[in-house]
Amino acid sequence: MTATTIVEDVVDQPLGVYTRPRGGNGWRDWITTVDHKKIGILYGVAALFFFVVGGIEALLIRLQLATPNGTVLGADMYNQVFTMHGVTMIFLAAMPLSAAFANYLIPLQIGARDVAFPRLNALSFWIFLAGGIVLNLSWILGGAPDGGWFGYAPNTGIVFSPSPGMDFYALGLQITGVASLMSSINLTVTILNMRAPGMTLFRMPVFTWMMLVTQLLLVFAMPVIAVALFLLAFSRLFGARFFDPSVGGDALLWQHLFWIFGHPEVYILILPSFGIISEVIPTFSRKPIFGYPFMVFSGIAIGFMGWGVWAHHMFVSGIGPVSVAAFSLSTMFIAVPTGVKILNWMATMWGGRIKFSAPMLFAVGVVSMFTIGGLSGVTHAISPADTQQTDTYYIVAHFHYVIFGGIIFGLFAGLYFWWPKVFGHMLSDGVGKVNFWVMLVGFNLTFGPMHVLGLQGMARRIDSYSPGFGFELWNMVSTVGAFLIALSIAIFVVNVVLSAMKARGQAPCGPDPWDARSLEWLTPNPTPVHNFDEVPVVESLDEFWHRKYGTDEDGRVVRVASAEEVCEDGSAVGVHLPSPSFWPIVFASGLPFIALGLIFNLWLTVPGGLLVVMAIYAWIFEPVDDPDAAHGDHDDHGGDEAAADTIEEAPVV
Amino acid sequence: MSTAEITEEQNDVVHDDDHDHPSDSKYFQIALILGVLTALEVATYYVDIGPALIPVLMVMMVVKFFIVAAWFMHLRFDNSLFTKFFVGGLVLAVAVYVIALSTFEFWSKG
Amino acid sequence: MSHNKLAMWVFLGSECLLFGALISTYLVYRGRFASGPAPGDIFDIPFTSVSSFVLLMSSLTMVLALSAIKRGDLRNNRLWLLTTALLGSLFIGGQVYEFTTFFREGLGYTTSPFSSAFFTLTGFHGVHVSLGIIMLMSMFISSLRGSLRKEHSETVEIIGLYWHFVDIVWIFIFTVIYLVPSPTS
Repeated sequence: MTATTIVEDVVDQPLGVYTRPRGGNGWRDWITTVDHKKIGILYGVAALFFFVVGGIEALLIRLQLATPNGTVLGADMYNQVFTMHGVTMIFLAAMPLSAAFANYLIPLQIGARDVAFPRLNALSFWIFLAGGIVLNLSWILGGAPDGGWFGYAPNTGIVFSPSPGMDFYALGLQITGVASLMSSINLTVTILNMRAPGMTLFRMPVFTWMMLVTQLLLVFAMPVIAVALFLLAFSRLFGARFFDPSVGGDALLWQHLFWIFGHPEVYILILPSFGIISEVIPTFSRKPIFGYPFMVFSGIAIGFMGWGVWAHHMFVSGIGPVSVAAFSLSTMFIAVPTGVKILNWMATMWGGRIKFSAPMLFAVGVVSMFTIGGLSGVTHAISPADTQQTDTYYIVAHFHYVIFGGIIFGLFAGLYFWWPKVFGHMLSDGVGKVNFWVMLVGFNLTFGPMHVLGLQGMARRIDSYSPGFGFELWNMVSTVGAFLIALSIAIFVVNVVLSAMKARGQAPCGPDPWDARSLEWLTPNPTPVHNFDEVPVVESLDEFWHRKYGTDEDGRVVRVASAEEVCEDGSAVGVHLPSPSFWPIVFASGLPFIALGLIFNLWLTVPGGLLVVMAIYAWIFEPVDDPDAAHGDHDDHGGDEAAADTIEEAPVV
Repeated sequence: MSTAEITEEQNDVVHDDDHDHPSDSKYFQIALILGVLTALEVATYYVDIGPALIPVLMVMMVVKFFIVAAWFMHLRFDNSLFTKFFVGGLVLAVAVYVIALSTFEFWSKG
Repeated sequence: MSHNKLAMWVFLGSECLLFGALISTYLVYRGRFASGPAPGDIFDIPFTSVSSFVLLMSSLTMVLALSAIKRGDLRNNRLWLLTTALLGSLFIGGQVYEFTTFFREGLGYTTSPFSSAFFTLTGFHGVHVSLGIIMLMSMFISSLRGSLRKEHSETVEIIGLYWHFVDIVWIFIFTVIYLVPSPTS
């Protein structure tokens, strides 16, 4: 169905401005989409864009620190660049890229047609984008945030950070936080309520389990940073005395609130990646995941225990020896469930017929690089040792090994693995291997030496260092490594472009290119808009695999059906889908006005507020569906009441 | 009326009420109990009960909390998943913030 | 189970963390009143007791509104929805009076960490109540237009859950902030 003109729509339906848009393929379709797959792609594109932005910020840092007394960036500019590097990478690149996978794959892996609240899903994306725009507008509107991604008070108050940068920080992250919270509620309800018949919780793929834990962490952690950011914003904008030491304001209050969020946040960052490689490794080892219950329970354990360790970020802040000892102990314990996962991934590979395609290389990269980062993390847990390590480059080394080595490698594994599912063609595996090796070498050259620099005493969060301390060699090596990483990203972009060009004019790749295990591969590539022709009935874990493979009388695994026989052809017509809507993007567009208004001129908040309020009311009252939309076969529900509820009844959101 | 007697009166409500939906008159009875509890709470402002003050206030607060959640919010009769989410959030919040307050030596220095 | 209801309960779970943070901030700062009024000097327990009672009773009227729409009694549904909104407004009116009195007595938003924390906590709660009143009135108007019928009782139920939660938070605040004796200057 091509996009009809707005005039025709209005004439067809006498509902005027509330007429819901119909589906199509143009830019209006993308702006009004509520399809989880399109939203996933939107998140992915935005995240990769911000990843490049954050990467440029990183290269600027490395250029400045390549030599002693660097002159690339002045001190004030350096503060802005390193702050924005952290903020961008965590909130605008890593989290949205994980959200891309979550949005695209969760409904497919549980056998659903969409998420529980499709319009809310779209709203989350547009609000995230609004927040990213607000944060980056700071560069041209008075200065970017300069207080570090961790924003320690009172340094971030108006006395020590007089530029509007930290206002952009407080409001921009508040906006993106709302998006995350909404999305986490949406995906939690989706996973709990919309699984296909027969898909019990313990038949869900590990990826979906890890995403469920991630969503629950988001639900409970986001409000904490919301409060911290409100306190900061009210202090800066309205003169509240939360962090003013002269009247009893306490810097530690900020630190507690920030890290009570901040530590669960790092598990929010890593669990999706753990989930991705828990799909990739079994596929390319041609073995089921080793110890599925242990993988699930260790993920749950990480989710719980992650709440009990936050003050290990505060060992030298003056909380006293009792607190330090308690958190030191809890931090040592939390290494255990992750260790369980590492062992299970290795045991999955052991004895498997391993194929080192690009996704597998990245996945093995995660296992190895995260282990290194985890080991340095264990050394931080021992608080006397941490007293020396803290605020040095040793810490920077640790978290980049777990963040880049753990998260980024995992996300790249996912990109290579699921690219055919999303786009209908494979990325070149040969170029992908080059991508991996250049990234691996560049990454280790960049962050490996930082362990040495840190233990030799190089402080972090400083814009330059003096000659004569012996820091020169490893800083230069690190900078070279950073440019190698940049090269590897360029190789990835080349891969994307070349693969798309090669695929043009050719038929989409056939079903199941990797001989994979989970339900998303049941649909053709690329996934049709309605997902499954028929809602699948699930009888086991790795349901898709078990439709292709059985065991013979001797208990050996034998192929019982080809991919073409098992996979659907995507030809179902008239499946009833949630209709697109303007209101999510209208709602989100009001938020930058509110933010800018609070920072510069309160009058600006009025149009912003009006846009938001108008969007809410229009949303509530918009007709459920295009009245002419096709009503599908009613046996496509497969008895799944919840899916029927979502699609056929007027959803509240 | 002592706290023990109030709890007993509340227990009567528990035993009577095995349907899925309390009747309107049940709701009025529950509101009456809540009102009495509130009156007792306020009474502590006027009557000095010494060191029993904080424990008594905490108990009454928890009881009121529980009554509103279990009956007015219908948690008692609904899917236990709802209770798990609510109690989960509550327990997590209490645990995390009590620990944080402890690092401020709140319990000793106030 | 219902998506909307599950979503509301998940949201309420997250709100526990929000209000917990605000309450903890208050507790850390209640004794840090700089040269301004201390909590023990300025709170008016009798007055706040009355407004707390009003909010508590609004939970009763809320649940009566739900009970009415469930049995198809749209007229009483409207009556109890309006009453709930009115009781809520009375509570907010009491808050406004309380805050302006405090302000006149020297407790401004920026006077001290105690004052900032107190007004932020009670302010957030007040905003939650106000949003609730807006939702209640929206339902009331919907009902007047004939758009809120027996089959829409779940909407009333879910907004009711939100309303009761906001009431529960006040139960907590009233005890911990007002009734537990506060520092004096």
